[in-house]
Amino acid sequence: MQNFLRHMLAPAIALLVALTLITGVIYPAAVTLVAQVAFPSQANGSLITVDGKTVGSSLIGQAFDQPKYFWGRPSDAGATTSNPGGYDGTSSAGSNLGPTSSALIDAVTAQVDRLRAANGNAPIPVDLVTASASGLDPDISPAGAEYQVARVAAARGLTVAAVRAAVTRHTTQPLFGFIGEPVVNVLQLNLDLDGLLTSK
Amino acid sequence: MPFNDFLTLASIGLAILLITPLLGGYIHRVMEGERVFLSPVLRPVERVVYRVCGIDATAEMSWKGYTVAVLVMAAVAIVAGYAVFRIQDILPLNPGHVGPMSPDLSFNTSVSFETNTNWQNYSGETGVSYLTQAGVLAVRNFTSAATGLAVAIALIRGLTRRSAKTLGNYWVDLTRGILYILLPISIVGALILVWQGVPQTWNGPQTVTTLQGVQQTISLGPVASQEWIKDLGNNGGGFFNANSAHPFESPTGLTNWLEIVALLMCSFSLTFTFGRYAGNRRQGWTIFGAMAAILIVGAVVAMHSEAAGNPLFPAGIDQALGNMEGKETRFGSAVGGLFAAATTGTSTGAINAWHDSFQPIAGLVPLFNMELGEISPGGIGAGIYGMLVIGAILAVFIAGLMVGRTPEFLGKKVESYEIKMAMITALVLGASILGFTALATALPEGLAGPLNKGPHGFSEILYAFSSQTGNNGSAFAGLTGNTPFYNITGAFAMLIGRYGMIVPILALAGSMAAKRRVAPSLGTFPTTGILWSVLLIGVVVIVGALTFFPALSLGPIVEQLLQNAGKVF
Repeated sequence: MQNFLRHMLAPAIALLVALTLITGVIYPAAVTLVAQVAFPSQANGSLITVDGKTVGSSLIGQAFDQPKYFWGRPSDAGATTSNPGGYDGTSSAGSNLGPTSSALIDAVTAQVDRLRAANGNAPIPVDLVTASASGLDPDISPAGAEYQVARVAAARGLTVAAVRAAVTRHTTQPLFGFIGEPVVNVLQLNLDLDGLLTSK
Repeated sequence: MPFNDFLTLASIGLAILLITPLLGGYIHRVMEGERVFLSPVLRPVERVVYRVCGIDATAEMSWKGYTVAVLVMAAVAIVAGYAVFRIQDILPLNPGHVGPMSPDLSFNTSVSFETNTNWQNYSGETGVSYLTQAGVLAVRNFTSAATGLAVAIALIRGLTRRSAKTLGNYWVDLTRGILYILLPISIVGALILVWQGVPQTWNGPQTVTTLQGVQQTISLGPVASQEWIKDLGNNGGGFFNANSAHPFESPTGLTNWLEIVALLMCSFSLTFTFGRYAGNRRQGWTIFGAMAAILIVGAVVAMHSEAAGNPLFPAGIDQALGNMEGKETRFGSAVGGLFAAATTGTSTGAINAWHDSFQPIAGLVPLFNMELGEISPGGIGAGIYGMLVIGAILAVFIAGLMVGRTPEFLGKKVESYEIKMAMITALVLGASILGFTALATALPEGLAGPLNKGPHGFSEILYAFSSQTGNNGSAFAGLTGNTPFYNITGAFAMLIGRYGMIVPILALAGSMAAKRRVAPSLGTFPTTGILWSVLLIGVVVIVGALTFFPALSLGPIVEQLLQNAGKVF
């Protein structure tokens, strides 16, 4: 027993404390220090400030349903009856509905009807009718943006070409042409259309 | 499947091929205490750790001593974690005012992180404080990964030492694995992630006013320092609920690519380490080949299936992007399938897309990967020890039966004791997964869990126990897991899956270490080359398929057939 305490239990406890100090205190503190100095904007959540007010994060999507804004993807992040749009930044989540779920088919069908009512009868890019994984997806596909260009232009009294140019400004292509997918950042695009984007 | 996605797969394969000999050789030198480029900085730290902990770094342990040390460390860590979770509300670093965890959830979570599973029945945003995240969960990400590594090295020493009584020193192996291998790579990786947009702050959630004038609260935290080790150590427990699908855990295509490389690199590298210990690099590359083949086949099946979209969707939708339900736009559907294959071929369990919303056959891939025992390439350490025992030891046994000779592996006779130990590891896996699944489907507490109806609901239960027994941690997350029934059964599945493997494997290592090495003769079955690779794959796949095919038929396979017939639930 004495032997067990001395050669097993005592080292286990002591080593757990030591490793907690190294990997649970010193390591995150050191990474934070360097991160805050080298990349302060990213380290604090890539927040966007307009006239002293924080309007969002460029990496976190927002709920849009006004015709003058581009709409993001359906969101199940904190979606409730009081917050049907989702995009709750404290409850990232997907629908978790399986491929043969009637609830999924119903949700997709309802979204198709809603988009058709606002945008007409063109084929709808699939990202606009399916819930994202995080519920906070900041992006839509370029096809998903193109699908909405005419509506946004009409609502704002802009030409389609002007809106399309804005979409192009906020489209990111894959790194080296294949890492990641081409995306359009919805919040940045809408800020740009509102004339509020100062940086970039 | 789009050509871009092939390039993603190929470039990740190339990166792993380049990293394996470098990192594998480095791991060998570190674990044998040789001098490496970080020694001038880390050797003094290592010495201080041993001194304050009263550890004699030169004393080697028998297999029993090694096993007891692993188990005692686990018990201490599980109790300590449980205590912190229960009182996290009154401890510091809790800007989000998170409450304490319930007893059953604390038990499940503490076991989960100590067993390298990282099954999460809590929500990362609202269920844990920053102290819990950085001071317990991230620490377990290091210690549980390094424990897997240590056990693998102990097994390899057992297989390659001659007439030896000891397997090494667990305290030393654990400390070196963290200080020299996991920590340096994590520091670099974490900073790359911050550069790409992953937060690293101790400030609490930020509230903003959106363009449409609504309040949006955004969770933040020390994410980057936990994110990299989550992938590198095959832990998989996300800082946030949506894991690597959350834009703050993986903001770009580049971070997604890097995270897939991170979760594959250590386990593949250990095949090279094994080759070094065995004194024959081909031993290592042969196992590398078998692991890679299983991984790639699964990945291509999942990618292809996800890229095809959902045939049940109404008309008028352009499905060129594939199955985007539960996917992020910046990663795309096929790469969701690739990530799923990599995260379950290893024991990681991180996700960049919800597996629950995969097409049936794509959902089968992660399920089957886990049921194979996660050996393609498996968790850090756990992959190579699983492959060596379930794969190699059983394969030499079967090859021996076929030619009528006593099986040998690395010049040592494999006898009944070793086969018994190997069989225990293989049987424990099936017994726990199928036993607990059967229990859950027989009890109302179990049947209350699934979100989805029909065969998919059964898949959710089967996935939960496959994942927890396999120490993976990914989920068909529609399942409501935070109930006393699922918390407690899940915790036992994780304990059985972890220590039901480690104990017989260390026993086998001890027995092999004591054997003499005999010179290979003409009748010795060579354990290198393509024939051996194929035999290895065959044994692993046949053992897995025989055990799990009936259960899989009731889940994803029947779901695929019903989907073809246009049936919804």
